[in-house]
Amino acid sequence: MLDAQGLRKSYGPVLALDAVDLTVEKGDLTAVLGPSGCGKTTLLRCVAGFERVDAGTVTLDGRAVAAAGTHVPPHRRHVTVVPQEGALFPHFSVRDNVGYGLDRSARRGGRVDEVLALVGLDGYADRMPHQLSGGQQQRVAVARALAPRPPLVLLDEPFSALDATLRTDLRRDIRAALRADGATAILVTHDQGEALSMADHIAVMRAGRIVQHGQSNQVYEDPADPWIAEFVGEAMLLPATIANATTVDTALGRLPLRGAAGAAGRVRVLLRPEQLSPTDGDLAEVTRHEYHGHDTLLGLRLADGTPLLARVMGQRTPPVGASIGLDVLGAVRAYGDA
Amino acid sequence: MPRPALFVAATGALAVALLPLVYLLIRTGEAGLGRIADEVLTRRVAELAGRSIALMVVVTVACTVVGVAAAFLVTRTDLPMRGAFGVLAALPLAVPTYVAGFAWIATVDGFEGFWAAALVLTLCSYPYVYLPVAAALAAADPAQEEVARSLGRGPWRTLTTVTLQQARPAIAGGALLVALYTLSDFGAVSILRTDTFTRAIFTAFNLGFDRTGALVLSTVLVLLTMVLLGLELVSRTRGARYAGGGPRRPATRFHLGRLRIPAVSALVAVGLFALGVPAASLVRWSIAGASRPGTLAEIGAAAGNTLSVSLGGALLTLLLALPVGLLTARAPGPIATLVDRLSYLAHALPGIVIGLSLVFFGIAVAYPLYQTVWLLALGYATLFLPLAVAAVTGAAVQAPPVLDEVARSLGRSPFVVLTSVTLPLMVRGIGAGAALVFLTCVKELPATLLLRPTGMDTLATELWTHTSTASYAAAAPYAALLVGVAAIPTWLLGRRTGLT
Repeated sequence: MLDAQGLRKSYGPVLALDAVDLTVEKGDLTAVLGPSGCGKTTLLRCVAGFERVDAGTVTLDGRAVAAAGTHVPPHRRHVTVVPQEGALFPHFSVRDNVGYGLDRSARRGGRVDEVLALVGLDGYADRMPHQLSGGQQQRVAVARALAPRPPLVLLDEPFSALDATLRTDLRRDIRAALRADGATAILVTHDQGEALSMADHIAVMRAGRIVQHGQSNQVYEDPADPWIAEFVGEAMLLPATIANATTVDTALGRLPLRGAAGAAGRVRVLLRPEQLSPTDGDLAEVTRHEYHGHDTLLGLRLADGTPLLARVMGQRTPPVGASIGLDVLGAVRAYGDA
Repeated sequence: MPRPALFVAATGALAVALLPLVYLLIRTGEAGLGRIADEVLTRRVAELAGRSIALMVVVTVACTVVGVAAAFLVTRTDLPMRGAFGVLAALPLAVPTYVAGFAWIATVDGFEGFWAAALVLTLCSYPYVYLPVAAALAAADPAQEEVARSLGRGPWRTLTTVTLQQARPAIAGGALLVALYTLSDFGAVSILRTDTFTRAIFTAFNLGFDRTGALVLSTVLVLLTMVLLGLELVSRTRGARYAGGGPRRPATRFHLGRLRIPAVSALVAVGLFALGVPAASLVRWSIAGASRPGTLAEIGAAAGNTLSVSLGGALLTLLLALPVGLLTARAPGPIATLVDRLSYLAHALPGIVIGLSLVFFGIAVAYPLYQTVWLLALGYATLFLPLAVAAVTGAAVQAPPVLDEVARSLGRSPFVVLTSVTLPLMVRGIGAGAALVFLTCVKELPATLLLRPTGMDTLATELWTHTSTASYAAAAPYAALLVGVAAIPTWLLGRRTGLT
């Protein structure tokens, strides 16, 4: 569906995109995840056609829309956008907003009501934007972007202006609406939770480059480098020594390796807090609790002073000061010391 | 509109607006250094400069005292009838200085000279300090004062060390506006026969054998104005760091106690002098004037002329302001800032200087325009461009670029986006700006005097002519009409600052 190759874009001396490649399959939701200033919004604007790329090509459905000497203007690309704060046209009703991108026959054909129902706003067609809450405005913005059945929808941090409880529901509903309509979409976000819970694929961006692109669970469980590991979730990087092709030795004992050992000798291995499960024993001391309701994050200290984190669910929380043993669930990924 | 096109259009508009200034400098340069020195280094120029600057200082100091005191009383004390006083204190802005000058000289015999001009200018221009300071005091964060009180400062120490410091940028900005305005005023000083630069320029021009004198005087006045503008820019940059969010909660008010009666009396006195005297004078002379035969036809003709030249001026101004305002709002950056600042330069220049430059420009370069209303419209456009630019910029905020982008992404061409989204959202703001420019054109005097086609009289010029021949009864109906017209933008301004 979307195929971007070698995109480069700079603003004066600032290089915002540095040889970016991105492919999105039809019907897929891909999140572009990165810290602020990494170039993810620039990438989106280049795909939409709001910015001209300095080099590289953008191909949509086999049609080159940006290439050397070619720049298809935004209104001929059929790529719709959902901006950060919705950006509804304040002088149009909900119906006119959603119908703005439709021709007359499609407007009469009931498409407006259809997409409004998809985002859970049937019956709101005659309201004006200022009569809607922030979350409802965002739903209308999504419906407006879906209405013309575009080959690609771009969502630019669409939930960042909303409060946390509202965000969870909205994410779920928007995900469902996109899927029900068979839409292909790119979601730009700096929120790893949002990317993991919504997207089929995640492209992690850093300093104008895409540093890893894969399925969401793959990016979380098998990050390409320690920076990504820490960016997409809570990570502990434990010093270790390669024992053989499939195992490493750590302060927690000998652990199975995920994938090939890569480097030999001294490495660091990635552990997530939920991989550690308390047992009886005296391997570590509990130093603090961080209570989250549905789970508790335990602060631990090994005998050699190494700090660790373990996530435990429900009631099985050992008290502060207790000595516990630790089971390690699953395999670990090793990184050579760079 | 794509940015390069916008940029070219804005630059073109700016070139038109700055034409008179550039032409003035070229003409002065042509006179030669020796000639300039001869004209500038005279006793007379020294006297003019001394008087202009003295007037400026006296009026600015007086306006600052009156304006800050009124603002403080209205926003921060338990003054009775605060709302009414708040509106009353802003109203003198609606009285054009030449109308006030006329009203006083027609009421008090022999009311002329330096102190008369200083009094009239102070009464008309202290709202330039009052309005921004009142707005700043109303918007200042009361938490800062509460912190000062909690740290052991008494109410008066808090007032001087915290509250007034918060309003300092507004005070400085307002005072500089008054200074600029006093330097450029022509109407009041000429009606009250005080020889300052503006009056001397007009006299030198009217004598007319050799107009180099008028040119050189104008250039000196321009240089003085530039110094003030520089100061204004510095104060605005410094003031930026004080900018905060809106008010979260009203501040605690001072108890005036025994000062109540003196405070109320002072505000009433200012109101009486600034509004009561002109009103009484206008009513008295209008009754006398309206009964003269033939007056109505004359007034009708002048009103018609005023209407058409002001309409032309407002349309031309808006046309030039659209690209400049859109550039500032849509493509901010150093170039847009420069374009914006330059457009303010012409606004700060005295109307008499703009008028004079355009007369020379018309005679020597654009003769087909000379003696037509179009040259006058160009003069208005030069003077009032910033008003219209501010309106366009403000209106553009209603139509942020992200809406354009969304509309484009939904498959609509740039032209359709402009007509279905951008313009409908901007039309109200632009309309308000056009109305403001129109009303400002109506009361403009010096440039109109110089640039109107021979034989064409407007409300302002009729008032001026009749006053200078001491026919106060004939002048009064024009003055009354002008005050009525000028009150509308004042009301708008008051509403925007949230005081009415």
